[in-house]
Amino acid sequence: MIKVLFFAKIREVLGTEGLEFDYDENYATIEDIRDEVCKEEGEVFEEVLCATNVIVSRNHKVADLATPIEDGDEIAFYPPVSGG
Amino acid sequence: MLEVKIQSQDFDAGLELTRLRQQSARSGAIASFIGAMRDLNDGDTISEMLLEHYPEMTEKAILSILKQAEQRWPITGITVIHRIGRLLPNEQIVFVGVAAAHRGEAFQACEFVMDYLKTQAPFWKKEITDKGERWVDSRASDAQAAARW
Repeated sequence: MIKVLFFAKIREVLGTEGLEFDYDENYATIEDIRDEVCKEEGEVFEEVLCATNVIVSRNHKVADLATPIEDGDEIAFYPPVSGG
Repeated sequence: MLEVKIQSQDFDAGLELTRLRQQSARSGAIASFIGAMRDLNDGDTISEMLLEHYPEMTEKAILSILKQAEQRWPITGITVIHRIGRLLPNEQIVFVGVAAAHRGEAFQACEFVMDYLKTQAPFWKKEITDKGERWVDSRASDAQAAARW
């Protein structure tokens, strides 16, 4: 199982906090997961998740699209942070 | 001691500074920063702010920043408190307190922690203005401030 989470503006635009789907050995990297999500969920997801300023994390650490993934991972997509 | 608290309720900065000082008799300097909510941003009046975060990641991300500070300077203690949820103008948002033997490292580490927190900790602000709601974008000046370390 792969858990995909969305935060802040991305969560709002996509209208969901996240989704889960079964792990498949064809998913090697975060980019593969993103492409799968876009394929399943459609154009709005593609537009939002493929934007250049989207941050990705794997298991609560900032990662990049080439980061390898494993079954059980939690992947998050979020905008640049603005706390403090 | 490195301490991180993420909470919706307000905090007592004076109490936090006393705790920080009392943690170690080696602390000769305590520097602190408090971030507060402004009622004006980009020319618009802000009536309230909603602070969202990534619960499972936030504390880990801040602790990682504090450990980096500890490696750079001889620190005796750091406390970070960041509020989440609904905030009103003039309320406190964030507290950073750093204790060290001398003021130089306390000041520098405090600024370092704040600069890194601004650019790395997963928080997002949404402002409620008289023109509607809007998400606050990250600022290039924050990235520049973090890059100098």
